[in-house]
Amino acid sequence: MSERAAKVTPADEEQNDDQITDGAAPDAASETDSTANVESETTKPVTTGAEAVVRALENAGVEYAFGVQGGAIMPVYDALYDSDITHVTMAHEQGAAHAADAYGIVSGDPGVCLATSGPGATNLVTGIADADMDSDPIVALTGQVPTEFVGNDAFQETDTTGVTTPVTKDNTFANDADRVGTDVSEAFALAREGRPGPTLVDLPKDITKAETDREPDAPKVPDTYEVQERAAPEIVAAAAERIENAARPVLLLGGGVIKGEASEACREFALEHEIPVITTMPGIGSFPEDHELSLEMAGMHGTGYANMAITHCDTLIGIGTRFDDRLTGGIETFAPDAELIHVDIDPAEISKNIYADYPLVGDAETVVGQLSAAVDSSPEATKWRAQCQQWKSDYSMAYDAPEDEPVQPEFVVEALDEATSDRAIVTTGVGQHQMWACQYWTFTEPRTWVSSHGLGAMGYGLPSAIGARLAADDDQEVVCIDGDGSFLMTLQGLSVAVRENLDITVAVLNNEYIGMVRQWQDAFFEGRHSASDYHWMPEFDKLAEAFGAKGFRIDDYDDVANTIDAAVAYDGPSVIDVHIDPDANVYPMVPSGGDNGQFALTEDQL
Amino acid sequence: MKRGLDGPAPEERPTPAGRRNKQGIRIDPEVEVTHAPRRTVISALVEHEPGVLSDVSGLFSRRQFNIESLTVGPTEDEDRARMTIVVEETDPGIDQVEKQLRKLVPVISVRELEPDAMRRELALIKVEADRPDQVAAVADMYDGNTVDSSPETATIEVTGARQKIEAAIDTFSQFGIREISRTGTTALARGTDQTAASGTAQSADQANQHRHHTQTADDD
Repeated sequence: MSERAAKVTPADEEQNDDQITDGAAPDAASETDSTANVESETTKPVTTGAEAVVRALENAGVEYAFGVQGGAIMPVYDALYDSDITHVTMAHEQGAAHAADAYGIVSGDPGVCLATSGPGATNLVTGIADADMDSDPIVALTGQVPTEFVGNDAFQETDTTGVTTPVTKDNTFANDADRVGTDVSEAFALAREGRPGPTLVDLPKDITKAETDREPDAPKVPDTYEVQERAAPEIVAAAAERIENAARPVLLLGGGVIKGEASEACREFALEHEIPVITTMPGIGSFPEDHELSLEMAGMHGTGYANMAITHCDTLIGIGTRFDDRLTGGIETFAPDAELIHVDIDPAEISKNIYADYPLVGDAETVVGQLSAAVDSSPEATKWRAQCQQWKSDYSMAYDAPEDEPVQPEFVVEALDEATSDRAIVTTGVGQHQMWACQYWTFTEPRTWVSSHGLGAMGYGLPSAIGARLAADDDQEVVCIDGDGSFLMTLQGLSVAVRENLDITVAVLNNEYIGMVRQWQDAFFEGRHSASDYHWMPEFDKLAEAFGAKGFRIDDYDDVANTIDAAVAYDGPSVIDVHIDPDANVYPMVPSGGDNGQFALTEDQL
Repeated sequence: MKRGLDGPAPEERPTPAGRRNKQGIRIDPEVEVTHAPRRTVISALVEHEPGVLSDVSGLFSRRQFNIESLTVGPTEDEDRARMTIVVEETDPGIDQVEKQLRKLVPVISVRELEPDAMRRELALIKVEADRPDQVAAVADMYDGNTVDSSPETATIEVTGARQKIEAAIDTFSQFGIREISRTGTTALARGTDQTAASGTAQSADQANQHRHHTQTADDD
């Protein structure tokens, strides 16, 4: 990672290091059971609600917080001024939430975002909803007008807990300065415990300004929140027997595998029993895509071979997946011959969309361990594996890239993959470019794929690259593959990347269209390109230069390799405006609600 | 221009014979089950704190659960409230109602009540008082109390199962009904059977064990 702007002086840092060893370290905090943390000589006692909030962040081990200043959140920012937490000022609150989200995906720890009341809080909502759909752990802290004005339509007032109830795992309106630190601690614990998700604490200005000497309690989930770790042994035994007797088994790995740190256990299980592996889009990276057993991603734009395998399997072992409609297509035709073994930490996901014959509620890693111990013999599936390999060659992912045609997007994705290391992190916006990134980048490691899956929030790419960069190891490259429409929605984040000198490479696959909409208009709306033609796009390389970033442009194949190398080598934010074939579309494709086995390989087949 | 990938076209590919129904359950042609909606009573014990009612009602509306009535009130423990929710859903839908409710952090326990549970509703019925003696007679018939009377109107309180309330309203309608206010159903399990004590863990184990109440809850 490149150098970041740090607002603390070296002397401060030394003092802050002391703080961490002296009792504010996360481990020490989590072992202290709901008692105030031991104060050390170097830790200043809490004197206000805002300081209690910041202390709770420190106790949780927070390194970065992403946000935007504002009237009602000012006391919290004032308390942050003295903290060793690095605040990253974003250009827009949506970006703050996405950056926190990506930070949570890459690091595994909840990302933190802050916003003021009213418009600040409502701007966060897209990012919070995104985290909710993808079960990403984030903690959002929002300012609120003073308690006495709440309900009076005061300046910059919004019912933030009301607005965010449907899109948070839990939210709290802080109404007691003595308790506000503990509210934040609890939000932290809830964000990561069990099925992760976003939590929010709404902080009225009078509460954060009020005097209190109450240190926050250690992060702890409320007593009413229970998580089941281990699945019922009798269902594990029955599922194991089913796996042993399977003729056409498939492992389907979802995002929960990565969040539950179960990638390694799933890999071992698949290899030991030679079971073909499919991932969902959030599950990308849970299994190496260059392995023979990998069939990559299934669903609307999944590979043909994954969709054939999922349609024809007789035993489907789904782990940490919620069977989203983009994966299943039409319910009636989804894996119609398969008995479903469903592992999920959230009981509500069991049989929500697809009936589970073997419901295994529990932590992914634990339950895969239980299954591993219970399966005595591998299924006899030699013929099935051969069939899967046959489908792999029948429906291979390939594309034509004739020299005399505009640059094909698939070629650019592959070139980026080649120019970077295996551990490079890819973030994307939402649209065609996102699908090409899934299809043509070969992912091998968990937590290297950062995207907006469930909500499909355009504008996710650049802010998430900022969050990912700060969570990533120094030697990990961060590449944002974006679309022109998606990039345009949050490109003001470039100012942040430049200010913090973040080493990010943004490749904008520019076709001057909202490409996915254009593709659907061609297929289902007789080619009427209503409001999808973006021929008025700015020149992104020049725009990047205006922000102080490095700008590049690719117009034809000769430019691709050199330009990508230069952009990746550049130590700081760079933007490549890649002018791709404007007519390129994403295949294979299963039309919405269609039969996965009937995926279209060309436009004529839609 | 033909763009796209190579490989056998959709019509040249094998397709499995099986199918699933709308609820994602594989259809066994020999024992095909269809899930008709049924009315049932869900009881939830929740933290007695502001916002819980809106959490629960918001959950019902955004997930499109078909709710008939929802009542809430304090319990023997001042920190806890009980919500009684009457829903009309298919069996998989009722399962989802319970599981989604359980996910809310302030919700302590949730269960579907047996068909024989005690269910009560209260109605205030304001009728024209042209024939006071007859109104009193009908009120008697339904164990109703007259809680207010004026030269023009009489207001009767009736308590009981939904069917009894409906019958009472039907009978009172002969006098001319001015206004009705009903509370919705509240309920408790019978005898020593606890209405809402099972925790998340226990219910998670039975994540899929549909309790097939064959009969729809009949009002007592």
